This record gives sequence, C-alpha cells and structure tokens, in this order.
Amino acid sequence: MAENLQLLSISENNLEKCLKCSICTVYCPVAGVTPFYPGPKHAGPDGERYRIKDAVFFDEKALKMCLNCKRCEVACPEGVQIADIIQSARIKYAKHSPGLREFTLANTDLVGSMATLMAPVANFATGLSPVKAVLNTAVKIDKRRKFPAYASQKFETWYKKHAAAEQDKYAKQVSYFHGCYANYNYPQLGKDLVKVMNAIGYGVKLLDKEKCCGVPLVSNGFIEQAKKQGEINMASMRESVKQGRPIITTSTSCTLMMRNEYDHLLHIDNKVAQDNLSLATRFIYKLVESGEVKLAFHDDYKKRVCYHTPCHMERLGWTVYSTSLVKMIPGVQFIMLDSQCCGIAGTYGFKKENYEVSQKIGEPLFRQIEEANVDNVITDCETCKWQIEMSTSAKVLNPISILAEALDVEKTIELNKK
Amino acid sequence: MNANIAKKHYDVIIIGGGATGVGTARDCAMRGLSTLLVERYDFTTGATGRNHGLLHSGARYAVTDKESATECIEENMILRKVARHCVEEHDGLFITLPEDDLAYQAKFVESCLAAGIRADIIDPEEAKRLEPSVNPTLIGAVRVPDGSIDPFRLTIANVTDAKLHGADILTYHEVTELIIENGRVLGVKLRDNKTGEMSEARAEITVNAAGIWGTLIAKMAGVTVNMFPAKGSLLVFGHRVNNMVINRCRKPANADILVPGDVITVIGTTSDRVPIETVDDMRVTPEEVEVLLTEGAQLAPALATTRILRAYAGVRPLVASDNDPSGRSISRGIVCLDHETRDGLAGFVTITGGKLMTYRLMAEIATDMVCKKLNVDKKCETATTPLPGAETSPIEEPKSHVYAFNARVGRHGTYASKVVSKDEIDNALVCQCEEVTVGEIKYAVENQHVSTLTQLRRRTRVGMGTCQGELCALRAAGVLCETCKKSVSESAADLADFMNERWKGMYPVGWGSTLSEAQLMSNIYQGLCGLDNFSK
Repeated sequence: MAENLQLLSISENNLEKCLKCSICTVYCPVAGVTPFYPGPKHAGPDGERYRIKDAVFFDEKALKMCLNCKRCEVACPEGVQIADIIQSARIKYAKHSPGLREFTLANTDLVGSMATLMAPVANFATGLSPVKAVLNTAVKIDKRRKFPAYASQKFETWYKKHAAAEQDKYAKQVSYFHGCYANYNYPQLGKDLVKVMNAIGYGVKLLDKEKCCGVPLVSNGFIEQAKKQGEINMASMRESVKQGRPIITTSTSCTLMMRNEYDHLLHIDNKVAQDNLSLATRFIYKLVESGEVKLAFHDDYKKRVCYHTPCHMERLGWTVYSTSLVKMIPGVQFIMLDSQCCGIAGTYGFKKENYEVSQKIGEPLFRQIEEANVDNVITDCETCKWQIEMSTSAKVLNPISILAEALDVEKTIELNKK
Repeated sequence: MNANIAKKHYDVIIIGGGATGVGTARDCAMRGLSTLLVERYDFTTGATGRNHGLLHSGARYAVTDKESATECIEENMILRKVARHCVEEHDGLFITLPEDDLAYQAKFVESCLAAGIRADIIDPEEAKRLEPSVNPTLIGAVRVPDGSIDPFRLTIANVTDAKLHGADILTYHEVTELIIENGRVLGVKLRDNKTGEMSEARAEITVNAAGIWGTLIAKMAGVTVNMFPAKGSLLVFGHRVNNMVINRCRKPANADILVPGDVITVIGTTSDRVPIETVDDMRVTPEEVEVLLTEGAQLAPALATTRILRAYAGVRPLVASDNDPSGRSISRGIVCLDHETRDGLAGFVTITGGKLMTYRLMAEIATDMVCKKLNVDKKCETATTPLPGAETSPIEEPKSHVYAFNARVGRHGTYASKVVSKDEIDNALVCQCEEVTVGEIKYAVENQHVSTLTQLRRRTRVGMGTCQGELCALRAAGVLCETCKKSVSESAADLADFMNERWKGMYPVGWGSTLSEAQLMSNIYQGLCGLDNFSK
C-alpha cells in the first residue's frame, strides 16, 4: 500500500508536522504583548512555506521580534522546531548586515576582555547618563537598560592563580565551561562551582580553549564567527572527554546552544556535547540521587527563595534538577514561580526597539517576585538575572551559588571520603 | 436572475465557466459583442480547476504531436506577458533515469527545436545544482521553458476583464434546454441552481464551451460531439519540494510531471477512461495514490517522505476527431465545430479539446467564428492586451501592514492595491497558511462572484494550505456570513459542505500528519462546534 512508502515524514525542523493548532502562539511571550508579531506558528512553519517559494516573503521586521525563548517548541505537541525554523530563516535570508550595536552585544568575548581590563571605568561609564544617551541614540541600546557590571578580574585569571594547582589531587575530574558571564561579569559563580565540586571530590579543569558558545553571535547575525567558535569548543570538549573529563556548565543558554542547536543551526558535529555536556546542577543531582555523593549543609542556614525557570531551561527540560537540588537544603523555604519569560532573552532586551516589549513580557513575573517577598530569586540564567535585578528589588543567584553558601564543606568532604 | 438579462438580446451566449468559456467571453466582449456567460455552478469547477497548473512549454508533446507542441510554446510565451501575475517562470527539466533510453533524449531535443521550443541539454551535475530535489541518479537532463500557472487566477482575471468590457456573467445558472426554432439555436433555458427559478436568455449565437459536459450540451441541441472522459488524478504536497518543473524524458506516461505552484508541489497524473455518468464526482483511488507516489519519487525522491495534503482528480475532455464515429482517433488539439455547416444547426458553435495552455487560442478561434457569423470585422487583441492585474504599472505598496501584502500581489497582481485594507480588521489574517486577509475576502465578495466558502477558496486559496481549513474555515465562514448578510444556519450549512469537500481530498491520503490534521479538524468542527447538526 501507498502509505508504506510514507512511513517516515521527514522535513527540515519538522516543518510539515505542524497541525496549525496554534498552541505555540498561546505560549509565545511576544505575541501576548504586541500585535505586531504574528506569533511563532505564522512566523515559523507558515512563513517558511512562502520563504521556500521566494525570499521576498522573508519579513525581517516581524522575525526579529522573536525572542528565541523556545517556549513554542516546548508547547508544540507535534515536535515542530518552531524557533529553529525562525532562527534558520534569519540566518539564511537576513539582508541587513549587523552594525556596531550588534557587534558590541554579540562579541561578549572581545568586549568582555576589554571591559574587565578597565572594569571600574567601564562600569562607571555605562552608568553615566551622557554615555547612556550616546548608546541610546547612536548605538540604539536602550538608555533605560542597566548594564551588567564587569568584574575587575576574570574568572580564568583567578582560577589560574588560586585554583588550578590543587585540582589534580582529586581522583575524579570535570571540565568547566564557564561561559562569558562567569568569566567577565560574575567570577564568583565560577568560584562557587569550584568550591562545590571540590567538596564532593571532583577536580575542576578548564577546557584547552573556550570560546563564546555563539548565542549572541547568532542572534545578532554573526553566523560564520559562531561556526568557527563552535568548532573550537567542540574540539576542546572532545579532548576533555578523551581525558576522562565530562563537561559541566552554569549557563542554560550556552548549554542549549552547544548541546541542542549546533548541529542543525550551524551544522557543527556536536555529538560530544550531546553525550557529555550537562548543567552542573543536573550533574550533581544525578550523583546525589545515585548515592555516589552526599551533601551536608550548615545547620543555621536559613533563606526564603523562589525559583524562576529560564526559557531555555524549560526547553532543556532540566528545571527539576536545579529545583530538587536547592530543595535539599534544609533551611531553604522554597517557592516555585510560574514558568514565564522575563523578557530579556539574551541581548534582545538591550535593543532600543525591544525595550518596551521586553519589559511588558516580564511584568507578571516581576509582580510575582515582589509579592513573594524572598531573600533571593534563584535562576540558572545570567541574562534573566540582569533583567530581574534591573526590574525588581530582588537579588538573584545561580543555584550553584546558593549551594555553595549553604554547603558545609568540611562535613561534605568527610561524608564523601571512602 | 436579473430581469434585464432576460429582456436583452445578446450577440453571443457562452456556456461554461472554465478557462475556455471565460476566455471566449472576454474575447467576444473585447470585440464589442454583447456577451452573456452562463455557468451551472462556479467558475473553474471542471478540468480548469483540476489539473497540474503547468505552464507547458509544449516539450511534452514535441515528439508525438508537433502541432500541439507549437501551439503550447506560442501560448506559453503569450501568457508570460498577458497573465504575468498568474505565471511563475521557473523553467523545467526533462530527466533521463538509468532505466530510460538516453537515445530518446536526442529525438526529444530535435523535436522540441523543430516545434520552436528552446531545449538545452545540460549536464546531470548542473541539473542537480539547479534543482537539488531531482533524482540524483539521473543520467541526462534537458532544460525547457516550462513554468507554472494558476488556473484560478487566470480564470478570474478573464472574468474581470470580460465584465469590464460589458459582458454579463451568470454563475449557478444551468442550461436545461437549448431554444431551437427552424434549425437555429436562439438561446438557452436556464435553471438558477440556488433558487430553482427558471428563465431564458437569447442570442444570435450560442457557444458550447462546457468542457467534458459539452458532449451533453451538444446532445441537447440534437447533435453529436464524441468525447472520451479521461480521469487524471493528482497529489498535492505540503510545501514546494522542487523549484523547477521535473518531467521524465520518455514517452508520456503516468505520474511523470512534478510541478511547483505557489507554496506547494503537485505530482500527476494518471489517465483512465471513465464513463460520462461519473464525471460529476471523481474520487481518487488507493491504486492511483500508489502509482503517483511511486512514480513521483522517481522524479524527486523526497516525495516518498513528504506530507501529502490532499488528492484530487479531474476529467480531460478528449475529443474524437471529427467524423470518426468509432472515436478511436483522439486528438489533443483544438476542436472548433460550426454546427451550421457540420449538422445544419445554425447559431451554435462548440469549442472543445485543447488544454488549459491553449485556452486563449481556443477562445480566439471560437470568437473568430462567432464574429464571422455576425459579420463583425474586429481583430483579436487578447494575445497582446494584458489581463487585469498583469499590467506593467508598478504596484502601490500599503503604508503600513506589509503583512500578507506579497501573497496578495501574487494573487491579484496590480489589483492588489484594490484589496480593502483600510483598518486593522481588514488586515487581519483569516487564513494564515495562505495569508488571506479579511479585506481580501471582502474584495472577493464584492468583485468575484463569491457567496460560499468553496467559491472563496477558488478565488483566494482560503483552506488550501497545510491545515486544509482546520483553522481558517470557521473564521472565513464568519466573515462571509457578515459580508454576504447570510443567515447563521445558511453559513453553518455552507461550512459543513466546505469541510466535507476538504475531507474528500484528505481521505485518500489519510495517514501521518494529514490524518492527525483530519482528526483535529473533526474534533473542532464535529465535536466542539457540533457541525453535523447543520449538514444538509
């Protein structure tokens, strides 16, 4: 029979599996706050049929409004990779070459290295109204946006000076893909990770070569550079695995990009990441669950916290690892926030034209956070952290940092001695 | 029916709202004849709306039928100019596969050139570069000026122009009888298929352009036009698999043409003789689907794994060569019969045979005959005068809401700016798969003889996309109900008809995502909305 011929329905990003049910559009944070974005179904699978016909149907203005939060993909009952259809279309058809703003936002590596060198000046300057005015009008980075502060010492520098030497004494080891955020903006996160991993008996090494995962490069139009950097990262990870070190990270978006998107978005062989790359919380949780590792916490640690699910965490489906780990801390009073987008979406919210939409998307989340009246908001994403700290009175921490705070290191080391 | 039409005495009445009929109406009207066109249902309900949508280069006929091939390439070049908004000029390939005889290619190219068709032999590697979906095992390829044409747009553009030149058009008016007195056809008796009301219309000449149903019209006039209904089935795939037409370079056979049209790809056709009694309800069989898929995958292997949206079938009006009562000798050429000289019946002309590609030429031939009979000395201008929408004037872009504008230009050409777009409601999308706005529906109702969803589909592509109406039918029904001031129960019954018609085409290919789609549709329309209560 004819249908035997058609047992497999194959189409790029599962385009043809779309049943047009529109559930994705219901879950789209952007479509909910502005009528000018047609929603993921129309921008994605619907539009794709037309773009295949003729590039003239590529509606750059509309597609640029996509946050790439991937909540549409989580919602889709048919497994259509809606956000990937949109991202691929932007990669393939975008006519406007990226400008100074895109360069600044995309090159987290380069800009980060320069900014950490003169962190006090950079942090002071980006906070000044005249500088913000220039950024606002000339570079079109919204002046209402607070810039993430740069650290005066990179994580890598700290690691080499203070941590590298001791790592060989641990029998088991991991490599840490710290990402640009931990390196340039918040080295404390990296330090916390080393502390926790060491406590449970794991040495932490860095990759031979680590480059920005490429998330900001792709969303700002620097595809070739993203590919080059991706290849370097994958080569480093292959080497790491060869030496018996799986790779852990503390950033959801970097993880999602390298593990789930390199292959079809940038056509990079990322099998090594698919098999061996994990968020640190997932890595640790699995160890605890299997009984391989035990954790001990300070008796007097008390905190009321709430957890915000980053969009890319939702896409990975790994929220439960982070929340379960935090809930293991006896002194923690845990509140789960509704899973909704904060509106920043990496560099999206920094752009002047997106500011209003970005803040509108986050509004219900901000309200919920204020009402929760907590000591800390916990989340696995650095850009969510910026957005929430800018838009609420809350202080935001990565679950690894909470863990580091609450962990009784001595007792933990003792517990894990065999 | 409009009382004026009954009172009027026309120069010519044309029976049939397919491409040939409306083309003839346009030509007659342009030559200054007072013209009435009658169609029993809607435009394009016969073979015009049920084919590949292929802008034939004529190459397919070059070896076997040079005359048809020459007609095709000439009309091909004309339509690119006068119907530019209905045409996609992407060229086509004739590929030779390992099991085909490569020697046929030389004969093929020679015949093409003899018929005036450009035919370039290209390297198989070059063919793969030009058309990545092509079967990679090909051993030969010839590039020809094939393209695709939207028969719905083409037909409606002819209707629009016929009306601009003063023609009257009656859809849903079925000829029940020819009025014949003293060996002369004086006009037609009509039944309004919506109200059942009977009426008459009279003219000097009556032209039978009813396609396969022409044989029945001829019978009413007491003359014989032998036709052989040949069913052709086709499959519609979910997106454009190929961007050039792909043909097989061998003697024409089943399922050997793959045509990209608008946002889909069509494979066809099969060819089977069917009895004339069955032509009003053609259904695609599982065997036909299998042939189409297996053969189609030979042209582009991706077809074997690409979602099929629906299957449909049309009937070719093949005509026996005149004076051959056995009907063995069949012509694909144009047949224009003057029943006065042939059968002694004055005032009656039959135009048939031919194909979509030659509709304009058929109209010209028929109109020439009508003019000769009426002693009107006016030259045909349809080969040079663009159809409405195909003029070269630049298209005015809307100030805001470029949304769906390109799709609109695709459908209406320069007439895109006439589509209502004054506020946000007008610009709201009703059909998202095919980007049809509320304004476009209003335009269709006001200008294109639309009062039902199926008519609307033929004008705008509402419901022709991936979801086959699952998402848009209800919304379109709402807009139609309001715009046409229909009653709710009437609209609901129309919606039920429309959904049944969509299901008819999905049923033969009801597996995988198409089956899921149908299930979702059924849940929404039967389950949630209780549409069964409104079915007739």
